[in-house]
Amino acid sequence: MNTIILTAIWGVVLMLVGAFIKNKSLPRNLAIFGLLVILIFNCIEMNRGDSFFNIDVRDMLHFNSFNLTFISVALGCTLLFLLLNGRDFEKIGEHVSEYFALLFFILSGIAIISTFNSLLLLFIGIEIVSIPLYILTGSDKRNLKSNEASLKYFLMGAFSTGIMLLGIAFLYGGSQSGSFYIDNIINGNEPMPAMIATGLVLLMVSMSFKVSAAPFHFWTPDVYDGAPTVITSFMATVIKVAAFFAFVRLFENAFGTMHSQWQNLVVILIAATLLFGNLTAVFQQSVKRMLAYSSIAQAGFMLFSLFALNNLAKEGLVLYAAAYSLASIGMFAILVKMKDYTVDGFNGLAKQQPVLAVTATVFLLSLTGIPLTAGFMSKFYMLNAAVLTGHQIWLVIFAVICAAISAYYYFRIIQSIFFKDVSDDVVLAEDITPAFKILLIITSILIIGLGLFPTMLTNWLYF
Amino acid sequence: MDPKNIWITFPELLIWFPLVAGLVAFMIRNQKQVKAWAIISSLITLAISVTSLIYADASKYFYYNNVSYYWLQYIGSNFSIGLDGMGHLLTALTALLFPVIFIATNKTNYKYSNVFYGLMLLTQSGMMGVFAAMDVLVFYIFWELAVIPIYFLCSRWGEERRIQATFKFFVYTFAGSLLMLIGILYVYMHTAGTDYASHSFSMNAFYAALLSAKEQDLVFWLFFIAFAIKMPVFPFHTWQPDTYEQAPASATMVLSGIMVKMGVFAVIRWILPIFPEAVNKFDNIVIGLSVIGMVYASLIAIKQDDLKRFVAYSSIAHIGLMCAAIFTKSETSLQGVMVQMFNHGINIIGMWIVVDLIEKNAGTRKISELGGVAHKAPVLTIFLVIIALANIALPLTNAFVGEFMMFAGLFKFNMVFAAVALVCIILAAAYTLNMVQKVFYGEANAITEKMLDISFNQKLVLAILVVFIFLFGVYPQPVFELTKETISALLVRIK
Repeated sequence: MNTIILTAIWGVVLMLVGAFIKNKSLPRNLAIFGLLVILIFNCIEMNRGDSFFNIDVRDMLHFNSFNLTFISVALGCTLLFLLLNGRDFEKIGEHVSEYFALLFFILSGIAIISTFNSLLLLFIGIEIVSIPLYILTGSDKRNLKSNEASLKYFLMGAFSTGIMLLGIAFLYGGSQSGSFYIDNIINGNEPMPAMIATGLVLLMVSMSFKVSAAPFHFWTPDVYDGAPTVITSFMATVIKVAAFFAFVRLFENAFGTMHSQWQNLVVILIAATLLFGNLTAVFQQSVKRMLAYSSIAQAGFMLFSLFALNNLAKEGLVLYAAAYSLASIGMFAILVKMKDYTVDGFNGLAKQQPVLAVTATVFLLSLTGIPLTAGFMSKFYMLNAAVLTGHQIWLVIFAVICAAISAYYYFRIIQSIFFKDVSDDVVLAEDITPAFKILLIITSILIIGLGLFPTMLTNWLYF
Repeated sequence: MDPKNIWITFPELLIWFPLVAGLVAFMIRNQKQVKAWAIISSLITLAISVTSLIYADASKYFYYNNVSYYWLQYIGSNFSIGLDGMGHLLTALTALLFPVIFIATNKTNYKYSNVFYGLMLLTQSGMMGVFAAMDVLVFYIFWELAVIPIYFLCSRWGEERRIQATFKFFVYTFAGSLLMLIGILYVYMHTAGTDYASHSFSMNAFYAALLSAKEQDLVFWLFFIAFAIKMPVFPFHTWQPDTYEQAPASATMVLSGIMVKMGVFAVIRWILPIFPEAVNKFDNIVIGLSVIGMVYASLIAIKQDDLKRFVAYSSIAHIGLMCAAIFTKSETSLQGVMVQMFNHGINIIGMWIVVDLIEKNAGTRKISELGGVAHKAPVLTIFLVIIALANIALPLTNAFVGEFMMFAGLFKFNMVFAAVALVCIILAAAYTLNMVQKVFYGEANAITEKMLDISFNQKLVLAILVVFIFLFGVYPQPVFELTKETISALLVRIK
């Protein structure tokens, strides 16, 4: 509860600050400060289990350690993102404080979709996340690609939201009790009535769209590529994993008892997502676009939590959310500073910027899933959860083959960084402050720490 | 001995010391100092390893050699490491070969030498972990970690086509390991639980896992492909000649001297005890592949003009024999494999040192361009001839003992395979002696004319290797004693 209310309030504050005070760095500092405070409050709620705001939500929101831990992860990743890339918001355009205000509204939406217990709040939460995001995607107003991305995202997003509403309507009509509460839609494992089944498929389609799972992923590369890189970083990490979290919560709580009836749909989604994401990522020349496709590929692995739907899968999801977000935020932070976004633009980085080179390597190794990094542990949890279900072993084998393919495009950047040279007078990256380097190192240490002791995070789920 | 009184155990020392030494090496900017540090620290590791051999007796000093820490206990994995006979043997090999490599290549200068030696020491730490792991997840993690520094070493300091060659190697091994991970998880599903978790990753739990014959068939291949890529066994060997050729000399030595043993080791450690029925079912296929690989590699070795590729192919042939011998599952051949794992490490490193010396000295490693080296470098020639004879397993040299025992086992298993494999011995003699003749004897030409004989350092390490060659040629008993218990425990599981 703390997070939902405080982020909304802080967003309004930032908006007003932008209107009355014309100081360029003030919004950033306020945003970082506010986020830190909200994170602390959320951790307090996580520990003590009660909120500062005693509001009767009529059971439409559920706050438990699982949800709150995830919100902490999301807030923590956003904080790291702001610390790393806060300055780059000022380069997007004039209205810096508005960007931060929108970011806080998105966080409020994230907190809602992480805790919803009613389909209505799921819908509202998704909209609260999406609408500011449409604006942020197009925030680079004079850039045609940014405009295109924003329009595309808006049209496709509106379309998928419509499908979601239709699905919700079907579920409402089809459920015996006529209720929006997700734990009330079906009772027991009986064969699904047609209306429920229709609603379920429609919801799955629209949620797949939000998490960019194939075959509903076509908007992703263009939108990620067109949006300003800082925004892409946020979109591809925190927002994506939050949507995933909502996806899994929805299907676990609403349709968990009928898991076996829709599991095969997830199998198709996983196989398609892994295949499209990985194969297309191989051919990308631009690192930004490659990361967009790699985010699709990683979504394929995250979908395993929906496939397995056991305790290990839930732990794995939170771990995956943290591991993937940390590594991607770090990688995007470095990318923002690069002058040339192509793979060749990284040539010789090890010589010019050793700290960036080494940390980028840690991020890429984590994305590939090499042991000692959080990326390995999260993939390991996911695969373990999937194998423990005891069927569809071929899918797991297919997934690891895709992981081996992913090594190709991640390691191509490592090869550029370390083994290729560029003449000394070319400046590869600019605007690198010591604080930025230290933050990158901290991110790497977090990744390795989570890779060694994933229980640091997963134990919180059982508080 | 009360385990509470022991504050650190040998496997921990063997893993952590090279790791710390490697991290320290990153910080030493001065080239000479970092070289000295690498040699000193690897000698300390060797000293630790030798000490651990003194306390190798598991019945008396169990707690010196085994330790377990809580790690991911809720999914059933602990950080358990320990050394049994085979672990002692291979950690000793690792500890012995690193100082040898460092001293032999001491003259070579590297750009960013601190990073180079740091990565070398990290590799050593990773391989120690593989040999000491008593928990499958720990094993898997070290198995992957050992490859990462090697990947960087070969890609940064290798030759012209290094990036592609090393990447091929990396993708091969990475894909193999991931398949093994699936296999691990599948077996894990069938293990008994612990106090905290419903299943367990510990070695004993895996050994006791209840897999039906049908399940074993599938999972066996998931494991075997990973190990076959590492060894490498035909048809998974194609990364090897390229990588050996393109890698810097010291990395090649590590790869061929120790890293391929990881594959052999892993087959004995994991495949034989976990999948006894599948092993019985597929032994003919695996031995067939190994023998095909031996013949194939030997035939190619005859035609090789490049010394590095030459040694690479001869190594495939030797490893093929080891793999075949393992799958005969007889006591004799397993003992032979143990001896041969150690001795092959010694011999192949000797070969690489000689090849490296020739290349550094003459500037080429084309067999056709060399000749008459014996006139210019007589000491080098003497060493080379001894090592080459050991390589073709002449009696009195160390390789004879191992190969003889492996052949004895293979003969009992299947005459046809043994006969075909024996042809490879003849082929080995042919290509090795042919190489010796062309490179070392005959008239010196323009290239070899200006060659110098080897320095004291190099004489020293080669002399050490030669001592080992003869020592284990006439007295292999220590290795048998060391690995006796591992083998007998293994045979109980298979039968």
